Amino acid sequence: MSQSILIDGIEVPFKSNQTIMDAALAANIYIPHLCHNPCIKPHGSCKLCTVEVNGHTTSSCTTKAEDGQKVINNSEKLNKARLTITQMLFIEGNHLCPTCEKTGNCTLQAVAYHLGMLDGHFPQFYPKREVDASHPSIMLDRDRCILCELCVRASREFDKKDVFAIAGRGDNAHLIVNSPSGKLRDSDIEQNDLAAHICPVGAILIKERGYEIPIGCRTFDLRSVTEIDLGDVKLSEKSSHHE
Amino acid sequence: MTAEHSPQNTDHLLHVLFREQQRARFISDEAINNISKSLNLPRAQVEGVVEFYTFFHRKPRGRFDILFSNCTSCGDTKLLKSLCEKLNVKPGRIRSDGLVSVDQTSCIGMCDHGASLLLNNCLTITSLTTERIDQIVKLIKSDTVIQAWPRQWFYIGDNIHKKGLLLTEPFKSGSALKAIIKRSSIDVIDEIIASGLKGRGGAGFSTGLKWKLCREAVGDTHYVICNADEGEPGTFKDRVLLNSYADLVFEGMTISAYAIGAKQGFLYLRGEYRYLLDTLNATLQRRRETGLLGNNILGQDFDFDISIVVGAGAYVCGEESALIESLEEKRGIPRIRPPFPVTQGYLGQPTAVNNVETLAATAKIILHGDHWFKSHGTSQSKGSKLLSVSGNCARPGIYEYDFGVSLQEVLNDVGAENVQAVQIGGPAGRLLKPDHFSRSISFEDLSTGGSLMIFAKHRDMLAVIHNFSLFFAHESCGFCTPCRVGTRLLEKNMSKLCSGRSTAYDIDEIRHLSALVSQYSHCGLGTSAANPIMDGLKNFPNAFEKRLLNREMEPEFDLDSELSEARLMTNRDDPGAHL
Repeated sequence: MSQSILIDGIEVPFKSNQTIMDAALAANIYIPHLCHNPCIKPHGSCKLCTVEVNGHTTSSCTTKAEDGQKVINNSEKLNKARLTITQMLFIEGNHLCPTCEKTGNCTLQAVAYHLGMLDGHFPQFYPKREVDASHPSIMLDRDRCILCELCVRASREFDKKDVFAIAGRGDNAHLIVNSPSGKLRDSDIEQNDLAAHICPVGAILIKERGYEIPIGCRTFDLRSVTEIDLGDVKLSEKSSHHE
Repeated sequence: MTAEHSPQNTDHLLHVLFREQQRARFISDEAINNISKSLNLPRAQVEGVVEFYTFFHRKPRGRFDILFSNCTSCGDTKLLKSLCEKLNVKPGRIRSDGLVSVDQTSCIGMCDHGASLLLNNCLTITSLTTERIDQIVKLIKSDTVIQAWPRQWFYIGDNIHKKGLLLTEPFKSGSALKAIIKRSSIDVIDEIIASGLKGRGGAGFSTGLKWKLCREAVGDTHYVICNADEGEPGTFKDRVLLNSYADLVFEGMTISAYAIGAKQGFLYLRGEYRYLLDTLNATLQRRRETGLLGNNILGQDFDFDISIVVGAGAYVCGEESALIESLEEKRGIPRIRPPFPVTQGYLGQPTAVNNVETLAATAKIILHGDHWFKSHGTSQSKGSKLLSVSGNCARPGIYEYDFGVSLQEVLNDVGAENVQAVQIGGPAGRLLKPDHFSRSISFEDLSTGGSLMIFAKHRDMLAVIHNFSLFFAHESCGFCTPCRVGTRLLEKNMSKLCSGRSTAYDIDEIRHLSALVSQYSHCGLGTSAANPIMDGLKNFPNAFEKRLLNREMEPEFDLDSELSEARLMTNRDDPGAHL
């Protein structure tokens, strides 16, 4: 028996154990998200993918689809909240797009464009965060980290390595490296690991590749986040998520 | 990770870290490496835990390490300031000679005793006055060992002013267990369901139904957890129950274990109550020796034991799934629910997590029957509720009432006059004005975990609300964006408001932020974090309005205060160094 949910009035079929996000992406419906990646077990921290299900707000990436659910996704109210949450992510870190190597390839930036973000709105936190340039081929710039934990989960689940973790609490939460010195060079991360490539922002970068692709010709310069993220699903269905 | 711990859990990560903190007065990189090796845990997990809890430090603390409560009931910013001045130490810093460090901490559950502090993470001094502060300063300056400090300073009384259903009659240990041992577990669950008992932590889920769901859940083993992490500012009823009614609580845990089929139970004790640990362990040992715990309890085919895990300063661990994460030696991050702990809790096994007061009530229900219990209270709220009363009143302390009592009756009993506001259920609860005092304490009207803070007319409600917003920003676990960033933004907004630099625009900002944080956060901490602000705007609009500037907008950026660092560096504070 086929089961389906309604997303903004559109009937969307789903298989058992799929989340609302899974079902939406499979049906070519974009729900904004940053901490979700189809290759990795969802955990629902960024809250951008919040939808309304039968009147209650919930993260679509962690909520199981259930037959007959009425889901509101693309509403003015939700998109306004998503915009505010995106602004929060910008101002709690140090995001200087014009000087960031990731510009044009950054999902945070692309989501901000998608939601029509024109400014950070809130006063900047200007946190002091450490840069770790110790590894020969991988750079860790915590200024840009949005605590999505995609690298944490990719390393654990996909690379089977457990290279990253989060320490601290509240707005002191920060990304740490699981090595005796706490430095990336002493961890067992390698350049081809998924954890080295999955960062949606410019916090984890491969060294000596900067500006290989000129600004203006980058991922989100050419296509919107909607196209890219919906395309991602097709890729992940075929093979792994490596570049 | 395995569940194979010694009865006193000496090798639990939180306990190992506590001993290291006490020994070295901080947790060094080397200690983290050693502990991760000896416990066979990833280094980053150990480091993550160290940096999550308030009582662990990555930089050395003084030989005398003071954590002063910053709660509106058991804190006192003036006394804290004078203590720091007299000791010549800056809050949050260690004195250069390493003698002393002073910092703030969230409510330590001593609200009925006035201003209070924690000493060296394991002792509590209450009833602080200017004289007592002077005496403490003298002892610290003369480097007097704590063993030589006056013993009576560390005595903490119960302050029970009104006893009801649970507290009146003395409890004989083992009496309730003897009453169930011949009954089937289903029968016991049915009686608890029939009594109408709901969880006393505030959420109000049927206790019997929770046990039934847990019993029916499939797993290799089942666990019982007693949530004694009462971190809600203004609550201290569990402190009193564990101090004077521990047998009743442990008996409730054992009944719960019998009902759901558990062999192992945990009491998760908040770090602020560490001073109770030795007595609680002695009570457990006595119960083992009298056949009420351990193998073949009361000679029956029923094995169950309880061990105590002590937290280390994290309010969010009062949330049951965060508590379980903490028990599993991880950072206390609330899990995604469902699955709920009753099906997948500790180590993924079915787990019944109950409040201290709830478990105490189950033992009484077994002794006196469900009819006795449900004949008290209201139609939807059976039995009684322990209230932890603090703030501006003549007799702060514990009051036990049948559900349905009006707030005004409580205020009369505790000797509260000229009341401006009552915060019920702690900062996560509701801020009420006198119009609401006729309302009743019950799940259907004013639901509370037990905290009842009274604010007289002379109190600055804006400062109170700012205090609460600081609390949430400090205690947010940092997992989800709306709470991590939103609670800090709310705190900054309240700070600007209190400093008299806000305009009507800022009030709109606060409203929007409050709505977002309460609607989009991951767990109850975030969804309730804006309650005091939203209630304040609704019930005490004048307190906000009279502090506003009469202009359209005032920039967030205060140029003069931004120059303070430059003034500090140039050692100047003359008029020319100001704008």
